[in-house]
Amino acid sequence: MDPTKLIGFLLRRGLKAAIVVLAIVVCNFLLVHAAPGDPASVIAGQSGAADPLFLEQLRKQFGLDQPLYVQLWVYLKSVLTLDLGFSHRQQMPVASLILDRLPATLLLTGAAFVFAIVTGVTLGALAARRVGRWADSLITIIALTFYATPLFWVGLMLVLLFSVWLEWLPSFGMSSVGVELHGMAAVLDVAKHLLLPALTLGLFYLAVYARLTRATMLEVADQDFVKTARAKGVPEGRILRAHVLRNALLPVITFAGIQAGQLIGGSILVETVFAWPGIGRLAFDALLARDYPVLLGVFFCTSVMVVLFNLVTDLLYAVVDPRVEVSG
Amino acid sequence: MRDFWRRYRRNKGAVLGLVILFLVILMAILAPVLFPGSPWDMVSAPFMPPGEMGLLLGSDSLGRDVAAGIAHGARISLLVGAVSTLAALLIGVTLGAVAGYLGGFADDAVMRFTEFFQTIPSFVLAILLVAIFNPSISSVVFAIAVVSWPPVARVVRAEFLSLRSREFVQAAEVLGKSRLSIVLTDILPNALSPIVVLASLMVATAILLESALSFLGLGDPNLMTWGFLIGAGRSVIRLAWWMSVFPGIAIFLTVLALNLVGEGLSDALNPRLARQRGAA
Amino acid sequence: MSLLSVENLTVALPPGGDRPHAVEDITLTVDPGEILCVVGESGSGKSITANAVMGLLPRSLPVKTGRIRFEGQDLLDLTPEAMRRLRGARLAMIFQEPMTALNPLMRVGDQIAEALRVHGAGGDVARRVPELLAAVNLPDPAAIAKSHPFRLSGGQRQRVMIAMALALEPSLLIADEPTTALDVTAQMQILRLVREIQSRRGTGVLFITHDFGVVAEIADRVAVMQQGRIVEQGPAQTVLNRPQHPYTRSLIAAVPHGAPPERPAAGGETILRVANVVKTYRRGGWFGTSATVRAVHDADFTLAKGETLGVVGESGSGKSTLARCVVRLVEPETGEITFNGTNLRPLSRAAWKPYRQRIQMVFQDPYASLNPRRKVGETIAEGPITHGVPREVALDRARELLRLVQLDAGAMDRYPHEFSGGQRQRIGIARALAMEPELLIADEPVSALDVSVQAQVLALLAEIRQRLGLTMLFITHDLRVAAQVCDRIAVMQRGAIVEQGPTAQVFSSPQHPYTQQLLDSIPGRGWTPPDLSQAA
Repeated sequence: MDPTKLIGFLLRRGLKAAIVVLAIVVCNFLLVHAAPGDPASVIAGQSGAADPLFLEQLRKQFGLDQPLYVQLWVYLKSVLTLDLGFSHRQQMPVASLILDRLPATLLLTGAAFVFAIVTGVTLGALAARRVGRWADSLITIIALTFYATPLFWVGLMLVLLFSVWLEWLPSFGMSSVGVELHGMAAVLDVAKHLLLPALTLGLFYLAVYARLTRATMLEVADQDFVKTARAKGVPEGRILRAHVLRNALLPVITFAGIQAGQLIGGSILVETVFAWPGIGRLAFDALLARDYPVLLGVFFCTSVMVVLFNLVTDLLYAVVDPRVEVSG
Repeated sequence: MRDFWRRYRRNKGAVLGLVILFLVILMAILAPVLFPGSPWDMVSAPFMPPGEMGLLLGSDSLGRDVAAGIAHGARISLLVGAVSTLAALLIGVTLGAVAGYLGGFADDAVMRFTEFFQTIPSFVLAILLVAIFNPSISSVVFAIAVVSWPPVARVVRAEFLSLRSREFVQAAEVLGKSRLSIVLTDILPNALSPIVVLASLMVATAILLESALSFLGLGDPNLMTWGFLIGAGRSVIRLAWWMSVFPGIAIFLTVLALNLVGEGLSDALNPRLARQRGAA
Repeated sequence: MSLLSVENLTVALPPGGDRPHAVEDITLTVDPGEILCVVGESGSGKSITANAVMGLLPRSLPVKTGRIRFEGQDLLDLTPEAMRRLRGARLAMIFQEPMTALNPLMRVGDQIAEALRVHGAGGDVARRVPELLAAVNLPDPAAIAKSHPFRLSGGQRQRVMIAMALALEPSLLIADEPTTALDVTAQMQILRLVREIQSRRGTGVLFITHDFGVVAEIADRVAVMQQGRIVEQGPAQTVLNRPQHPYTRSLIAAVPHGAPPERPAAGGETILRVANVVKTYRRGGWFGTSATVRAVHDADFTLAKGETLGVVGESGSGKSTLARCVVRLVEPETGEITFNGTNLRPLSRAAWKPYRQRIQMVFQDPYASLNPRRKVGETIAEGPITHGVPREVALDRARELLRLVQLDAGAMDRYPHEFSGGQRQRIGIARALAMEPELLIADEPVSALDVSVQAQVLALLAEIRQRLGLTMLFITHDLRVAAQVCDRIAVMQRGAIVEQGPTAQVFSSPQHPYTQQLLDSIPGRGWTPPDLSQAA
């Protein structure tokens, strides 16, 4: 793909992404005003609503006695300067609360995603290769099982098995409490804590990718160009790798983009079960305390993450599939 | 119709799914008979393990019967699953039909809207909606419907787009039929199969979503649901594993059954695709 | 010694099929440097024979008995690995659908190089690939080698397939209907290429087709297949001009003659006049590149009462778009479509309704033109019912029409999937006639049908036209069909009518170079099908 087309593509998609982010901010704004009750108390959160001075300050800051479109403009301005509000309960700006916890969530979701996609695609390809035989049935059953179990329950069951009964792995937090570790030991400690949560989050998506890969590979294997390759005398192994798999991965890339939002949503559940110090946990605590500024901030932040991830998958797809640049 | 059942029966998993689903529905209907009274009633000492004191699945931290909770919880899960799916279908089918049939600007507008909704993390939005509108069964159903309609709209739009240029629909235009009549009598009946399959999968997703919301404490506080039971058991998992395990198994079986039924429906309605899937 | 010798080959079908064997007791030979055409209608088993030779049969179609001798060895005795080594190197195959036959993600040159590499000839790739592409008459081979398949037309892709098949200079080339999905001009180029390959390299060719014109154009010998068996085999001249088997005779009798008879000018009043119609399609949205295509621009014509005008063109010529403009399935930007004095183009959807009764359409695809969930009687009666005819009356009329199109009245209560392609097309005709139209537009009504069925449906249309005094606009890409059916012909190319006139005149002295090219591309033009109306 030549550089000028690439830049054009990025600009186009970037513009689209910016519009989506804008729409999300407006959505946030509408949610605040759709809630029953005084918008000021929504913005203040449950604990802030009890503080009349704080409420007055908010009313002035957001111009809540002004017409709606003025309020929208004020809100837009503040969000776009990354001022996501103030958490009365935690007595800290929302933005710094989120930035504090973001790395932990990125670590968790990143690990889970890599695990899910690598293992899922491999299993799905294996199942497609041995379609109808016992390996296929086994993989299909395993995938269906993980697909049908609720995320949080899988987490609890893993805790039960590995932490309570076998006592092999820790069941909460990101690192051992009370010990000062450095260098390699610290990394291993985090890894031990990461294992169960990443596994929990990843198993559901492993099932998704396995089923999807199996289905697309079977579909592609039926197509004419595979028959052409066979007629040319290409060995089966190479047919699978160079012809079937490459074409079957296209829908997987697209799907990964679509699933990004779900993955991040799932991290809320997993972080709650494992007390993992990420923004999911932050959201859960904010939920209990009805700390709306934090919740809205998390919503905004996760949406932006999804938009960025989608941009990456779109780019990847365009690089892999030469037909895309033509249709714009 | 008989052909349909014959093809459906060929998928043994689908038959198993139907049986499990039937049993779950039966349990839900018979809950007040099998476990009279409210599941919130304390019936024994707390933390009784399964099998003791006549409690099949043990008792929870306040001495409530876990089995009764599961049976009564089935009603809520199935109800929420069905109603929210219906609502999502209503929204999705209407929007998808408008986009697919009218095309042009209407299509663009609906698609941008749908894409936007698919970008937002749906679970986060659901949490936000339930929190803001205060947890109750109606806000849960509303939230699930709001985050579940985009896939329906996409599927319906795709079907309508493909059917609109099919020759028998063009023939209906040439015959002079009204637009509404064409949509209702020509296009919609032929678009039903994928909608039906999608619906069964959506009920499964709705049940998972509802249980996740209840687990986080966002369910209706007056209703005992499977998610609530697991959430309640979470902090005492070392003491009473049965509080978390059994309701989870119930969710798993129901969602599994719905998925199997969905696949069975898909194979029965699209025999050619079934062979491609390696199923038939 | 024969290059390929198939002896008593029998391949089984899975249980539940319409016959026990896909092909039964097939015996045929191909000598070096000769073209054997295998002819048959759909379902005759010709593709299965080809796939059996290549060892590409699916597991559900096992070989029951027989031998396939190629260059001295029995292919059925070989291990899969040994067979793989032969495929592509000693015997090669090209398929019907060029649009899906190449890997969309790999460059064309790489796909040809792959053929060379898997057989150990990878060292020479940089030199060989452009050579091979040039040998199949592709312009600018270097650029094509670097392109992906989606940038090439159907004809170009098929030539790439041939280049790929010939990369290792096989002694046998199997071609499974390679030109069926191509336009007639592209088809002629491929046929000429195949003949050139045969004469230059002495390659033996097994060419599968359903078109006797193609057979007349290139075959040295012919084998005719019906229901899995070979019913007649022999030199091309013999089978084409003195067919023995009743099935072969019926197939040849069904071929459109190609020589248009003299017809008296219709001389009636003009009922349809199309002038200055322009239809443009715009592709691309707000953020992308857009392309405009003028589907129809200079296509003026008139239609007199009782006459049949044929609109002939290849794909992309705009003929279907033009037809759809007349029935308002497509709305042109400008122009006049005058029907019996009234300009129909600016009318609203509601104002069009009364004209729906007077202008009707028959569609191309018998498998998509009937609502699969509605009974046949309902489908036919639907039109009149929409226009106020009472239900019982409409259903009675439907029964009459079924008789008119030679289907029995029991069809009223059956669903479309219970009927064959030809029968469904008749139902489509009945549906159009239920409205008692003055003008009937037929959009490629026989293109999707087997040759023998084609002849029946064309005969039906001719009879109906005469009996009901219909005026017809007949769209087709097949010049031979047009010659048989139409009084006048209009030739379209890229959205414009380039020539029009009485059929006999257009055929005998074409003026426009494109018309001349089209006529030259009719395969087997030199062959006149024998008159088989007397018993053998």
